[in-house]
Amino acid sequence: MSGWAVRVEGLHKRYGDKAALDGFDLAVRPGTVHGLLGPNGAGKTTAVRVLATLCRYGGGRAEVAGVDVAREPRRVRGLIGLTGQYAAVDEGLTGRQNLEMFGRLFHLGRRRARSRAGELLERFALTEAADKGVEGYSGGMRRRLDLAASMVLTPRVLFLDEPTTGLDPRGRGEVWDAVRALVADGTTVLLTTQYLEEADRLASRVTVIDRGRAIADDTPEALKNRVGGDRIEVVAADAADLPAVARVVARVCQGEPRTEVGERRVHAPVADRVAALTEVARTLQDDGVPVEDIGLRRPSLDDVFLRLTGEKASA
Amino acid sequence: MSGTGTITPGTVTEGPAARVPPTERPGRAYWAVADCLTLVRRTLTHYARKPVNIVWQLGFPIVSVLLYGYVFGGAMKPPGGGGASDYRDFLMPGMFVMTMAFGFMNSALAVVTDTEKGVTDRFRSMPMAPSALVSGRWVTDLLVAAAELAILALTALAMGWRPDGGLAGGLAGFALLLLLRSCLIWVGVWLGLLVPSVEAAGGLYAVAFPLTMVSSVFVAPSTMPGWLGAVAAWNPVSSTAAAARELFGNPVGSDGSWVQDNAVLMAVVWPLAITAVFLPLAVRRFQRLGR
Repeated sequence: MSGWAVRVEGLHKRYGDKAALDGFDLAVRPGTVHGLLGPNGAGKTTAVRVLATLCRYGGGRAEVAGVDVAREPRRVRGLIGLTGQYAAVDEGLTGRQNLEMFGRLFHLGRRRARSRAGELLERFALTEAADKGVEGYSGGMRRRLDLAASMVLTPRVLFLDEPTTGLDPRGRGEVWDAVRALVADGTTVLLTTQYLEEADRLASRVTVIDRGRAIADDTPEALKNRVGGDRIEVVAADAADLPAVARVVARVCQGEPRTEVGERRVHAPVADRVAALTEVARTLQDDGVPVEDIGLRRPSLDDVFLRLTGEKASA
Repeated sequence: MSGTGTITPGTVTEGPAARVPPTERPGRAYWAVADCLTLVRRTLTHYARKPVNIVWQLGFPIVSVLLYGYVFGGAMKPPGGGGASDYRDFLMPGMFVMTMAFGFMNSALAVVTDTEKGVTDRFRSMPMAPSALVSGRWVTDLLVAAAELAILALTALAMGWRPDGGLAGGLAGFALLLLLRSCLIWVGVWLGLLVPSVEAAGGLYAVAFPLTMVSSVFVAPSTMPGWLGAVAAWNPVSSTAAAARELFGNPVGSDGSWVQDNAVLMAVVWPLAITAVFLPLAVRRFQRLGR
């Protein structure tokens, strides 16, 4: 039972007629970043809200750091941090005042709340802006302050609900760095995201959720392998050359090439990536077939995702 | 408590004891008060950082005092006769009441802003006393209301308002004004949890305005058409207005109806009744956030 940072079994939660969670299972290893990946409305946020004691659930079981969420919500609250979809900080206060307030509300006492605020500001690179009002902070700074506020007690489990939604690439990078630093300190992170790239970069394991159920749970690599390995892709300069391109690709690669006429594209699975690429390129040149682009493509988590949810939909 | 200490993140400065949230140590009642005060300090810090905000908040009543006192005031007669300065004596307690009555908008806005920004959820996910979210709002709004009343009273005195109900009467008058504000905090919290967004909360003005104006704040209900006058006379806002006028020793403009003759009693009964209805509603609405 314990040994898991988060353990969820057969969780059910309804909103009116709609099942937000429909037998959801999840197991998160301590000290890791676990991605919870799914489209809008799949149940990611509901799952986090249940685990963060923000809403009750209908059936099943949920434990955080071995503590039952329904039976001992107050104890759970002392073990977790939560960063939701909005930067939940007080805009009318400075960064420091925010962290001191949260420290007091975490019952650290005045002096410890103050020193902890100072530590966190430094750690999240906010010292310079510490005494400025949050209303003047950039999106990335707000997020970092938000993260800092979740870290006041150094939680065992940190829930990050779409932490980079609405951030520019720079802000996103800042948040990613902060998350990596937290995990290096031993905090377990449950990260929900719609961005597959984000899960790929941060998470060591990913649960794919769709319509309130976990439909896959594996490492990002293994998930990608499920959709098949690398593919070679050739874009012909002219649609008329597509059959010639397909012949060359078929000769070099062992898999059946597929042609997408609209995009003037031929692609096929390959085993030895580099050998296949050079061989296809050389043969095309020898045969005098003009091409616009040629390259290797690794399956992205997007492919995995579409494949998994697509399978579900057609089943 | 910290039985399965498998994961121990590194940067806590205070050693292993810091892992256990000290929530339970001094007892729940202590933290209910301490957390409440922390939230009070939070809002007071808003005003300390931007003191001008309280002036903005008072903009409407102050402009109203100037408009009704000087622009329309010459044409207004206080009930029972008298000149413009007598009307001002009649008007000022009404102004205080109106400010208290509109105050529920501040409570509602504060609540809906926190909910919309996710701050309420953050608080709810923390090991703090849940009651502090409600009690903190109540204490804060009462303190702010007291400050508002002080500023308005000084403005009114500067404009020639002359209360002569004595110190006890004056204090009792202000106490009744705060009692009205107190019960409307629960209405505000309830509405703040009911409306979906800060923008939607702006629409509450459309409701607040007639509810406040159809009262004895500006004119005596006896000057209104019969049915409207009856509504105005029984408006809780009117009871507090009449009671405050009586206690401040200003013209009351009584029409001899039972509600007006028992204004002080009704200025206590109404707020208690409103509290009895809306305090449970607000608390229940709050608990429903967890559904």
